[in-house]
Amino acid sequence: MKLLHRFNGGIHPPQHKTESTRLPILSAPIPEKLVIPLHQHIGTSAKPLVAAGDAVLKGQMIGKAEGYVSSSVHAPTSGKITAIGYEPAPHPSGLRDLCITLEPDGLDAWIERHPLDYLNMDPSSLRNRLRDAGVVGLGGAVFPSFIKLNPGSGKKIKTLVLNGAECEPYITCDDMLMRERADEIIAGAKIMRFMLHAEEVLIGIEDNKPEAIAAMRAALKEAPFEVIPVPTIYPGGGAKQLIRVLTGIEVPAGERSTDLGVQCFNVATALSVYRAIAHGEPVLSRIVTITGAVNKPRNYEALIGTPIDVLIRLAAPVKDSDGAIMGGPMMGFELPSTCVPLVKATNCIIVKSATLFPPAPQPMPCIRCGKCAESCPADLQPQELYWFSKAGNFGKAQEYALFDCIECGCCSYVCPSHIPLVQFYRYAKSEIWAQEREKKASDLARIRHELRVDRMEREKREKAERLAQKSAQARTQMNSEEET
Amino acid sequence: MSSPHLTQTNSVSEIMLKVLLALVPAIAANVWFFGPAVLVTLSLASVTALVLETVMLKLRGRPVVPFLMDGSALLTAWLLALSIPPMGPWWLIVTGTAFAIVIAKHLYGGLGSNPFNPAMVGYAVLIISFPVQMTQWLAPASIALSHIDFAAQLDYMFFHVLPQGMQLDALTSATPLDTLKTQLHLDKPISAILSLPIYGEVGGKGGEWVAGAYLAGGLYLLQQRIISWHVPAAFIAAICLTAGAFHLFDPAHHASPWLHLAAGATMIGAFFILTDPVTGPTTPKGKLIFAFGAGFLTYLIRVYGSYPDGAAFAVLLMNICVPLIDAYTQPPVFGKKK
Repeated sequence: MKLLHRFNGGIHPPQHKTESTRLPILSAPIPEKLVIPLHQHIGTSAKPLVAAGDAVLKGQMIGKAEGYVSSSVHAPTSGKITAIGYEPAPHPSGLRDLCITLEPDGLDAWIERHPLDYLNMDPSSLRNRLRDAGVVGLGGAVFPSFIKLNPGSGKKIKTLVLNGAECEPYITCDDMLMRERADEIIAGAKIMRFMLHAEEVLIGIEDNKPEAIAAMRAALKEAPFEVIPVPTIYPGGGAKQLIRVLTGIEVPAGERSTDLGVQCFNVATALSVYRAIAHGEPVLSRIVTITGAVNKPRNYEALIGTPIDVLIRLAAPVKDSDGAIMGGPMMGFELPSTCVPLVKATNCIIVKSATLFPPAPQPMPCIRCGKCAESCPADLQPQELYWFSKAGNFGKAQEYALFDCIECGCCSYVCPSHIPLVQFYRYAKSEIWAQEREKKASDLARIRHELRVDRMEREKREKAERLAQKSAQARTQMNSEEET
Repeated sequence: MSSPHLTQTNSVSEIMLKVLLALVPAIAANVWFFGPAVLVTLSLASVTALVLETVMLKLRGRPVVPFLMDGSALLTAWLLALSIPPMGPWWLIVTGTAFAIVIAKHLYGGLGSNPFNPAMVGYAVLIISFPVQMTQWLAPASIALSHIDFAAQLDYMFFHVLPQGMQLDALTSATPLDTLKTQLHLDKPISAILSLPIYGEVGGKGGEWVAGAYLAGGLYLLQQRIISWHVPAAFIAAICLTAGAFHLFDPAHHASPWLHLAAGATMIGAFFILTDPVTGPTTPKGKLIFAFGAGFLTYLIRVYGSYPDGAAFAVLLMNICVPLIDAYTQPPVFGKKK
């Protein structure tokens, strides 16, 4: 039995998980139209490889990774590209994003697939495969996985952590995936371990998922893999929190766990690593929990690009349903519209209703009760950050480690005055970023100005020197002429 | 609206209501041992506080209903009313409450913004301005020389008239701490002083039970996680250690720590006054320093000062230090611990 560590704070919100785990994962039907954003990952947007009118096969790359931090996107089924243009994307801003629209032909015909025998390959070609297969972190952060599987020369990864904690209420996609496809997750974990040369693989699962824990344990027999039930507490599934609980290591803000010998991946990412390497299949679909104010909450395996309103209709929303949250209720965001496509980051759609998510009560003044500090997993003093953010005292806010805030929302959740604390921190952060940009721009302008002044002075000096030289020359000439 | 989309259903009103509830045992003990006059004091302070709170909210252009419902004005009124003699004249109570609500609370920005504990500001104003009225505590019913009924008490509080032929001295007595101080000045040995009828098993007769009731209420607040252990533990520890040290070195002139725990404002201070979140530090280490300092000062002012008890001044003095304490006790953030 492994000795577990703990992190400060955390909360126990109502879980609402059993609603969507009663039924197995169901494959959502291929919709009439798929809209595939080219920017579904952290980093540079992929570059489109197809044009309107092209016929594509299932699994065909339609957007190529551009630059190092980037990832590819693929046709989730066979069909015809009907448009490439800016479409509404699942983003809190409601801004449009460059998307490829695909009209499925219903044949679901695969492109030729090339499985790899990873044991006889070097990690760099495996990484190229993952990059081309569009494998990104499916826990929600969608960071390109091939980068995280490259520890860099001289760095040693001791522990590979697989994150099956799934701490946010409502979300059950990882839970169901572990129950149903534990073998493939473990197979993916083996490939990742091979690539990182990790000594041990720790699979952390919150103890509110006994079925998933049992299934994962049944799927693996040998050391150094270990399934470790961790206490159910939000945000125990945050990468840094899970690493802390499993290894005792605290990864400071701004540092990477890689530098401390730990790498962490979501369980669904492990599965897509396996599919990409062992079957040559890129990421074309993902498991998504459709829950909340719906009559048939459950998990669907849906093609990337499936319109979210189509998925919501499958789950039969209740009468007073209104809008939806993408992600969990603690860190997810309200979709500006449900007419946006499912992307690789879409782990959960919570359909809202006034009964399920009543409007927040009127905020009262902070009484410094300190409940927020008690609940903060980053060991911050949220009441002080609130005070400084509200007062516009951003320097002080940074001094009190504003940028260590992970915006998990625990402080807002417990606040008896119902102050939307996280919004104050977001505001302060964006103000500081704006100020820094401004400062950079003004620094640049100042340097330019100084250089210009220097140059003009130099030119003036040089001109004067030239003139002086010329007149001196003329004088000597005159003198010599006079002498002769 | 951005994340999080969930909030707990707790509220400021709920916290304040639980604190008020936690005061009920002490009020009951007060009535039992000292008669029902305290209920009048409490009611008068409550009405004054709510009226002035409404007026101040109106003047400051704040919504009246949510702020009245938060319960903070009522709590201030109760804490002040429990700190002043139960049969004090009506204007004493009104003046103290007015200072607490109008000056200490609202002129500093209202709920959440006041640097000083409003009830203790009210108390300090009264004890400095009206020392005579503020030390006329009712004697426990069991040892009082005369008894008057409730109607007569009301007559005294509102019209300053006592029943024919009755002297106020027959009803009141100095507090146990006050008696200790004056008797020690008269060079009486401590054992003789403590055998006076005003003393009970560990503290003052009756008063020790009230202190016990504050302790019980405080334990309820701890169990409800309204307060953390840091403040009461450090305050009680400071009083024990300071009183214990003086008692060990000079037992003839210094009462045992037990008396200092059971008498005066120790228990109400530990669990209800110092735990006020608005005027105290927020960091765990800061809470310990704050409450320990308050305990130390309480003892010194109590024993060497010219006032019957030192808790109120100790609290106000420590309130001054709170920003400094908070600034220097910031706990290390995640990943940056040494």
